[in-house]
Amino acid sequence: MQFGIFSVGDVTPDPTTGRTPSEAERIQAMTAIALKAEEVGLDVFATGEHHNPPFVPSSPTTMLGWIAARTERLLLSTSTTLITTNDPVKIAEDYAMLQHLAGGRVDLMMGRGNTGPVYPWFGQDIRQGINLALENYDLLRRLWREDVVDWQGRFRSPLQGFTSTPRPLDGVPPFVWHGSIRSTEIAEQAAFYGDGFFHNNIFWPASHTRQMVQLYRERYEAYGHGPAATAIVGLGGQVFMAERSQDAVRHFRPYFDSAPVYGGGPSLEEFSRQTPLTVGTPDQVVEKTLTFADYAGDYQRQLFLIDHAGLPLAEVLHQVELLGERVVPVLRREFEARRPAGVPSDPPTHASLREAGEDSPNAHVRPHERHLQEIR
Amino acid sequence: MTTRPERHRSLVVVSAGLSTPSSTRLLADRLAASASAALTEAGDTVTIETVELRELAHDLTDQLLTGVPSERLEQVQTSLAAADGVVAVSPIFTASYSGLFKTFLDLLEPGLLAGKPVLLGATAGSARHSLALDQAMRPLFAYLRAVPTPTGVVAATSDFAGRGEAEDDLSERVARAGAELAAFVRAADGRTVDEPRPTGGTAALTPFEQLLAQARR
Repeated sequence: MQFGIFSVGDVTPDPTTGRTPSEAERIQAMTAIALKAEEVGLDVFATGEHHNPPFVPSSPTTMLGWIAARTERLLLSTSTTLITTNDPVKIAEDYAMLQHLAGGRVDLMMGRGNTGPVYPWFGQDIRQGINLALENYDLLRRLWREDVVDWQGRFRSPLQGFTSTPRPLDGVPPFVWHGSIRSTEIAEQAAFYGDGFFHNNIFWPASHTRQMVQLYRERYEAYGHGPAATAIVGLGGQVFMAERSQDAVRHFRPYFDSAPVYGGGPSLEEFSRQTPLTVGTPDQVVEKTLTFADYAGDYQRQLFLIDHAGLPLAEVLHQVELLGERVVPVLRREFEARRPAGVPSDPPTHASLREAGEDSPNAHVRPHERHLQEIR
Repeated sequence: MTTRPERHRSLVVVSAGLSTPSSTRLLADRLAASASAALTEAGDTVTIETVELRELAHDLTDQLLTGVPSERLEQVQTSLAAADGVVAVSPIFTASYSGLFKTFLDLLEPGLLAGKPVLLGATAGSARHSLALDQAMRPLFAYLRAVPTPTGVVAATSDFAGRGEAEDDLSERVARAGAELAAFVRAADGRTVDEPRPTGGTAALTPFEQLLAQARR
């Protein structure tokens, strides 16, 4: 199973000091967190993509390329790549290039982006969000899998005899996740292609996460990729830890109370009851995280949100260390102990996809059609 | 002679009164009892679930801020979605329905009230506010594509005086509005209405190839 960090990349004042980091500091903090993740034995670092203040990561492949050069093992991913407002041709090119530079240590999570004004800045319209995600991704799949593409669609100019370069490393397109909170169309999309489904559950009760993941699993099976239990699922979670749980609560409360996403709403205690948020000891984080598999099924990727609410870098790095030393080793053991035979531990990687070749849904533009032919 | 088999009807009553007890709740209860009596007389069985928005005020604010309903607020929204008829009563504040009442409606899934029979009620300090029901509440429910009964009931302080013409008049309006809601609920039998957007389950799901074809049109 893969464990890692996902970052939104927000510039948020530290409420205990009133100090706001500069963009330079925040960008360097993100890369420092990624390097620390590898150092302490985590598997994945994923960055968000945003095109408006107070967020810094507008150019994810630049950042991930830098991290790739400084790491050996860490898998680089996104949370999320905007499949709506980015040109799918540019996504195909940028991430294939990153894949080459990182030696295949790359996958992506597609997302739509929920900030209305961003869409027109890129010539799009948020009301077409789902349709953009569907058409753009279908084109992206072709660009990575067909050497020469003739294409005509609704949202970008037609392509005649177009070859996206560089071609994917070893002819293996990066594995793709589809991130969604409540859009059933996106769960259906992930299932159709046999891609991964990431439910960003950080604000949501278990009942909702269960429903969305179950939907994806059922449809994954219906499209012939394998039993529902073997579908590829990722989940989020946000934690803050200290040796004693009352210290964790006392330290984190001022951050929680004034965080742009939490402040003024439910109390820290209520929010902890209703969502994956865990503020307490490393053992409490282990205990709560293990319950995710009770309602979402045995899954393959767990990403933690750590660098939020204006927490200073030193504290975030300490949290990453606690994850690497105290939490993830136990979670690895416990999650594998409960995993039924036949349910994969890991999501597909570059190595596993290369080995699987034509047998993997990832090798095909429309894997569902191929399954149907096999049945006939 | 054939009689129609007995049907079960669920009424959800939404009261946005702020004090306990409130005149808004008082009116809501009378309207619900009136509709229930009319349904019972027609041979139906009725359950009434009453929701005091005062108790959900913090939950509603939290959902505004987080986008996620609390467990008990979600239960109320689910009941409302399943209701055969709704009684919705707000105090009139500053010439319109109260902010709490509007917040509750703002947070419903789009289409949740579509096609649903609704009896509108309002309470006010004086009868001079009576038109707020028809000029503020009724358009709001038109937007939500609900089906309000022709009679909405405004009760002013003077209506609760308990004697004289005004009281008779209120009782008459309550009885008429209740009968109208009952008739609407019974008329809605078997009629299909817009379903709220599904948040799970595969029943209402559009298959992917159809989604993709629609996207490219």
